[in-house]
Amino acid sequence: MNYYIDPLTLVTFFPVIGIVVLLFLRADQKVHARWVALITSLITFGISLAILAQFNPANPDLQMVVNIPWIQVAGWNISYFMGVDGLSILLILLTTLLTSLSILSTWTAVQDRVKEFMIFFLFLEMGMLGVFLAQDLFLFYVFWEFTLVPMYMLIGIWGGKRRIYAAIKFFLYTMAGSILMLLAILWLGIYQDTFNVPELAAMGGIPPNLQFWLFLAFGAAFAIKVPMWPLHSWLPDAHVEAPTAGSVILAGVLLKMGTYGFLRFNLQLFPIASVKLAPWVAALAVIGILYGAAVSYAQKDVKKLVAYSSVSHLGFVMLGLFALNSQGVQGGILQMINHGISTGALFLIVGMLYERRHTRDMDAFGGLWKVMPIYGALTLIVVLSSMGLPGLNGFVGEFAILLGSWGAGLPGGVLGSPWFTALAALGIILAAVYLLYMFQKLFLGPVTKEENRVLSDINWREILTLAPLIILIFWIGLYPNPFLNLMSASVDQLLNAMQTAAVAGIP
Amino acid sequence: MILNASMFLPILPEILLVALGAVVLILDLVLPKKQHRNIGWVTAAGMGVILLLSIPARPETEPSLVWGGMLRHDWLGFSFTMLFIFGAGITALFAMDFKKLGHRGEFYLLMIVSTIGMALMVSAADLVMLYLAIETTAIPLYILAGFFIRDDKSTEAGFKYFLFGAMTSAIMLYGFSLLFGFAGTTNIYQIAQSVREGGLPAGALIGSMLLVLVGFSFKIAGVPFHFWSPDVYEGSPTPVAGFLSTASKAAGFVVLLRFMMVVFPDITLQWGAVITAMSVATMTLGNLLALTQKNIKRMLAYSSIAHAGYALIGVAVISQVGVSSMVYYLIVYLVTNLAAFGIVASCGRITGSDEMTAYYGMSRRSPWLALALLVALLSLAGMPPLGGFVAKFFVFAAAVDANMIWLAVIGVLNAIIGMYYYLTVLKYVYLYRSEDEEKPLLVTRPQKLAITVLTVGIILIGTVLVPWFNWATTAAASVF
Repeated sequence: MNYYIDPLTLVTFFPVIGIVVLLFLRADQKVHARWVALITSLITFGISLAILAQFNPANPDLQMVVNIPWIQVAGWNISYFMGVDGLSILLILLTTLLTSLSILSTWTAVQDRVKEFMIFFLFLEMGMLGVFLAQDLFLFYVFWEFTLVPMYMLIGIWGGKRRIYAAIKFFLYTMAGSILMLLAILWLGIYQDTFNVPELAAMGGIPPNLQFWLFLAFGAAFAIKVPMWPLHSWLPDAHVEAPTAGSVILAGVLLKMGTYGFLRFNLQLFPIASVKLAPWVAALAVIGILYGAAVSYAQKDVKKLVAYSSVSHLGFVMLGLFALNSQGVQGGILQMINHGISTGALFLIVGMLYERRHTRDMDAFGGLWKVMPIYGALTLIVVLSSMGLPGLNGFVGEFAILLGSWGAGLPGGVLGSPWFTALAALGIILAAVYLLYMFQKLFLGPVTKEENRVLSDINWREILTLAPLIILIFWIGLYPNPFLNLMSASVDQLLNAMQTAAVAGIP
Repeated sequence: MILNASMFLPILPEILLVALGAVVLILDLVLPKKQHRNIGWVTAAGMGVILLLSIPARPETEPSLVWGGMLRHDWLGFSFTMLFIFGAGITALFAMDFKKLGHRGEFYLLMIVSTIGMALMVSAADLVMLYLAIETTAIPLYILAGFFIRDDKSTEAGFKYFLFGAMTSAIMLYGFSLLFGFAGTTNIYQIAQSVREGGLPAGALIGSMLLVLVGFSFKIAGVPFHFWSPDVYEGSPTPVAGFLSTASKAAGFVVLLRFMMVVFPDITLQWGAVITAMSVATMTLGNLLALTQKNIKRMLAYSSIAHAGYALIGVAVISQVGVSSMVYYLIVYLVTNLAAFGIVASCGRITGSDEMTAYYGMSRRSPWLALALLVALLSLAGMPPLGGFVAKFFVFAAAVDANMIWLAVIGVLNAIIGMYYYLTVLKYVYLYRSEDEEKPLLVTRPQKLAITVLTVGIILIGTVLVPWFNWATTAAASVF
């Protein structure tokens, strides 16, 4: 018997070690709790880097697979099945990186019940990693639901004024969607005799009309999570009320669980329905892009502005994924990462400001550049990245998505309409409007309020929190190939499989 | 009939329970008043010993009728007997420090007698035996529900429980007598055959089926025979309410299952429809009424009603998978609901109130107790990776498997409603603040032990679930 633990199990459950240590701390050992959590998350990040080093980009299939029978009774075929491929490797890295940075960002912001905060945070990390790695529907669902409770607690205990309302709304919305997915999972597990995702994908053979319903059941869960218009109304509440670290993870990773779900499950398992419904999904995505941008512009609260901008940005991701061609899907995946980096950074930036002034009202600021030049410069980079300036990361993803949505993908009539592209491009312009408007209100002009004159510029810890994200912003913006190479093989294989299934399935 | 040792083996757990009852009685007499609390330790330890000693009494794979056809020695009966003994032991631990309950030897004795009744109930293979067992279970429980005679609510609970129980059991007895009249035999396993040979019209059979169903529905608190349960749970001492809502209810389920499957195999279509309707009504009504409760015991009472509805899905689909999933559901439910009521008992001991307001900010007063409550309530709500999730998964799967997707959809919608009210309690516990935050909630040693065992159990059933499910399948298979 060997005691070798496979890397995927290790990375997923490593946070539990930190949790166990935290449980033994006293409630007043705040500093210890922070260090334990930070070190745990950094080691987890290290493990994910090791996984990256071991990852072979040329191989389109699942790698580092671990598949152990779990529930094999009464005709069930459920296993503990984890694996990583090009669709998920970047999300793993994003999760572990953002968790570490978020924990670093709470150093002074969270003072109440630090130990519990860290415990919930590490549990959340475990759940998210599990979601991205699980290749068995049952296991996936377990992790998917598992993320709800820690996030509920993070919003509900450490959030803003309306935290309780926001926490419950978040929980029930997500729960309602995911339980529909549970039904679809049950159906697949019983009538296809397996919960194993690659097997289900390879098996095919689900009649088109059933695919349609199953697509909708899975789609309901994912669309709420993304969130797609018109199911987005939980998002502004949750984002605004969550503590900074919670918002970062919520925007950076949790929303990606929705888009990843579409990619991994809807596209793979229900190819015919995906092809047929793609224009509808794309239409909703475009509405989301424009709607999110328009509502962002109307906000007075900076955090709310960033929250609504997520609706807009995630619309791009969805448009890219459902373009169903190589540029679109690759752009979509890259844009998931980009959004995690840029919006995560924006939430961190807003959090730093809030910690100093305890308000996020745009009218309370003005001329901050003069008081906090380093902070202003870093903000400018992030804002430009979020609005898609060429040379920074946002541009690469959005450009690929627009390119993909123009060039039609699969037979059977998918997008191919330049209208989607044109309207989405309008969204980029709108993004420039509301983001620059925000930047101008906060940083430019004379210092309008006396209390703003004494604000301290950001300290080394805060710079350290932002630095990795800024580096990534430039890296992806200037040289995205290493990132695209990681996913291209898997994406091509997925699209080929879809093409075959769709050609066979659509008369 | 010649007695020999092997005949006693199948009823070894019952014999040991009688012996434990005698020990408790003697201790109640000889121990000085101050040490009466320790009878709780003796009861709990005794239950643990009985669990171990009963291992040789486990049935063969082939079920057999023993004691002149009065009892059936099979895995279904044996498994649930073990569960009841476990539940009684845990209840004894919770009761020890509960107001005046734990210092009264007769409490433990009554509970043991009731457990004997349940053990016989789940293995009874004869109408007479079954009726006696049901009454042996019920009468001590009537007394336990009204145990605090100076407390109006408690006496009301006892009396209400008694009236309802007496009435429904009379109706059930009428059904039994009709069946005896039709079949000419009291043996459950021969009735179906005799009735078939007699060529009885289906109408008569359906009539008697409905009559006996009344009695069983009362036991499991299924709609429309659920009215007693919120009042009774609220009024009776909390550990007793926990025992009532788990062991007694599970016993009712097993009897319902065995009776329907064995006695009425020719009218499955009819009773299947009745049970399906009851399942839908029970879970929906239970969940909707639970939404508005302000008292945690009433909330748990309605939630128990809802859970009976989910478990009924397993009966309603009439399949092997369905029965296994129901048995699994009951195992999980027993452990989880015992935990929930036990935690409420532990809190109520300190705060003196079962209103939800008493739970404000509880996570700051006692983080570990709050964590246990979190686990218990989320398991009831059906969140992975806890036992309650897997249990719901299996019953819904059974519905899908039987091509009754609509039933699974109703179950799923109900689960969302359920989520809301469990979450409301957790909101009070974790998100609300209170003025008493500095006052810790002290948990006594027996309570700690019981809560730890149950919480670990909930997590284990949810993650390492294959042995449990195999167990449930074995038990379920032995019905037929």
